[in-house]
Amino acid sequence: MAAADGSVNPEQNTVTTEKASTALNTKLVKAGAELLLDALEEQGVDTIFGYPGGAVLPIYDALHRRDTIRHILVRHEQGAVHMAEGYARSTGKPGVVLVTSGPGATNAVTGLADALLDSIPLICISGQVARKLIGTDAFQECDTVGITRACTKHNYLATSTQALPGIVHEAFHVATTGRPGPVLIDIPKDVQFEEAPYTPASAARKRSSMNAPAVNPRQIEEAVDLMRHARRPVFYTGGGVINAGPQASVALRGLAKLTGFPVTSTLLGLGAFPAADPQWIGMLGMHGSVEANHAMHDCDVMINIGARFDDRVTGRLDAFSPTSRKIHVDIDPSSINKNVPVNVGIVGDAGEVVTALAEEWRRREKKEVYNSTRINDWWAQINKWRGVNCFHYQKSDTVIKPQYAIERLYELTKHRDDVYITTEVGQHQMWAAQYFHFEDPNRWMTSGGLGTMGYGLPAAVGVQAAHPDALVMDIAGDGSVQMTMQEFSTAVQYRLPVKIFIVNNAYLGMVRQWQELLHDGRYAQSYSEALPDFVKLAEAYGGVGLRAETPAELDDKIKEMIETPHPVLFDCVVTKEENVFPMIPSGAAHNEMLLGGDVTGDEIDKEGRKLV
Amino acid sequence: MTLKPSQSVYPVTKEAEHEAECILAIIVDNEPGVLARVVGLFSARGYNIESLTVAETDEAKHTSRITVVTRGEPSKIDQIKLQLGRLVPVRRVIDVTQEDDALQRELALIKVVGEGDIRVEAMRVAEIFRARAVDITHSSFIFEVTGARDKINAFIDLMEPLGRSEVSRTGVLSIRRGVTRD
Repeated sequence: MAAADGSVNPEQNTVTTEKASTALNTKLVKAGAELLLDALEEQGVDTIFGYPGGAVLPIYDALHRRDTIRHILVRHEQGAVHMAEGYARSTGKPGVVLVTSGPGATNAVTGLADALLDSIPLICISGQVARKLIGTDAFQECDTVGITRACTKHNYLATSTQALPGIVHEAFHVATTGRPGPVLIDIPKDVQFEEAPYTPASAARKRSSMNAPAVNPRQIEEAVDLMRHARRPVFYTGGGVINAGPQASVALRGLAKLTGFPVTSTLLGLGAFPAADPQWIGMLGMHGSVEANHAMHDCDVMINIGARFDDRVTGRLDAFSPTSRKIHVDIDPSSINKNVPVNVGIVGDAGEVVTALAEEWRRREKKEVYNSTRINDWWAQINKWRGVNCFHYQKSDTVIKPQYAIERLYELTKHRDDVYITTEVGQHQMWAAQYFHFEDPNRWMTSGGLGTMGYGLPAAVGVQAAHPDALVMDIAGDGSVQMTMQEFSTAVQYRLPVKIFIVNNAYLGMVRQWQELLHDGRYAQSYSEALPDFVKLAEAYGGVGLRAETPAELDDKIKEMIETPHPVLFDCVVTKEENVFPMIPSGAAHNEMLLGGDVTGDEIDKEGRKLV
Repeated sequence: MTLKPSQSVYPVTKEAEHEAECILAIIVDNEPGVLARVVGLFSARGYNIESLTVAETDEAKHTSRITVVTRGEPSKIDQIKLQLGRLVPVRRVIDVTQEDDALQRELALIKVVGEGDIRVEAMRVAEIFRARAVDITHSSFIFEVTGARDKINAFIDLMEPLGRSEVSRTGVLSIRRGVTRD
């Protein structure tokens, strides 16, 4: 702008322009779809797994115009949610899903329920019909917020564009703080079009469910008291340690080293403590190791860190660890005393509490050195249990045993430090947990709480999307893998070289095993009479198919799979009627495990049969 | 710390715990669906709702107060409170029954149909309970009665043989005495 005398004051001019642009920014209005993406960008989102449809077209249009966020087009919305779970579990960042209204949202429900039970942070954005159409049974309308209320940590219906950015920021806060979980945001189509100013994360409201109190030092002292006086202690760790971030795993290793106590873990906690460590006594629970379950049963002090006394872990509750005093560390106060009454219940982040326990232990150490011989007898007993060699199985030269297949998979990949494993649900999942070993957290992705068949393949795609150069393998079953097989096409499209290792016994193996044990071997509907040719199927999708049928060719085929830079379906044909052992039969206690070879068919009594 | 029995489906030797009524005041953000969240939690986890009252109570803060009467052993009540605490719009959960002498009131409208002696008796009982007749015909009364839940229950029971034909109750309202604020 020229001054009255005709001269131009450049300095003043700049200032005015700057002022004008800031003023413009706060008042700058944008369409809801753009505001959504701005908010996602501010939250650091780099990848969205989604599927377009009528009610999210404005969002897809906005995505099309920017290249800051990569979109992975899935084949079914359930796949999108599992991919986001795989992404979240392997990176520690929340996964993001974008689906349309009606069937888009209902297809996502299984994945949301899965993420809720396993405490995985997710943001699911769903389209909704325009506000004035809500409640009219419009095309592709459903009560998404109503349907997903029970399978999300929290959900929102964005009733105005003005509120949308703030909702997105709060959703990320809710999903990632406290006990993590999935959060859904339902956005009516007209809200995506309407214009409003942006709300930055710093200005957004951030509620979360009741905050965990600060770690209580008195309880830490009480816990360390119990630990130092224990003669038969055991650490029982869970997914909470993984969720608390890598520093929690480091803290756990430190505390274990300090105390010398044995460490076991739930299915979801594998990797928080290294399997190669001599203090590691294997996974516990229904198909856990003999040493872990006996240690749980006979211990005098149990230190539960980030696990929730799930029924697959405790078995029969009135016989669960009858002689122990129990310490329970959980970030969710409702987990404490829910299933199992405990003596010291500490609410807090697993990493923080473990660090506090270690500090307190060291403080005591200055006063009185811990006499580590206290637990010598205990270790002698544990080593006796170890001597049972509970994962022993009959090897074969002619047919591939499923356990052998996974052992070889482990042996041929253990030298690498970039291996990520996902699984489906069933026998292969348990064998993977038993025979594949993990040294680090965030490397093992499995559906524990909900037990979702079809989880592993899309989860592997999600992991690979986050770690393009890593070796990502889905240890799958022939039944489960067919539930989300279509996502192989996604892997091909985005050149995500996932390895789908199908342990193919032509049975719904875990169902068959239960029918053998509980229903006198009447194998109702558990035999897969019409399996596809997985090799041809892989080729049809544009991937690579491999098959191994004998132990002799297994190693070479596995190596070929690893070296293939494309998505691979590996059909590993294994013995049909192998069972998962050891096993705590339903209705039994931890010290009543079945080992391979001692099954007669009447181990589970009438009461046990009802329990599943 | 006392040991508490479990909610699990697996058999547990239950120590006999005393089941009792419990009044919970739940302060929530007044937003769409919040009542469904609270009620859904009760039904999904198999808890009982004996009565339920809800209305916005703080316009400035957009908060509502939901008063729920439920039943259960102390461990179950603890679990209900903790589960409610997990809901994002729930700001506070107050166990009114744990308070020394929290006020609780309920209002009921009771229609009594009858003629002759029972009509006189109904009127007499109503007087004792300080119930007001708010509608009268030659063959019916509608009484309005307020008071604690037990009093209302007693009044309703007494009206049964006296021609009680319809009952409408508000559910329990409760508030703590003294200067404490929610």
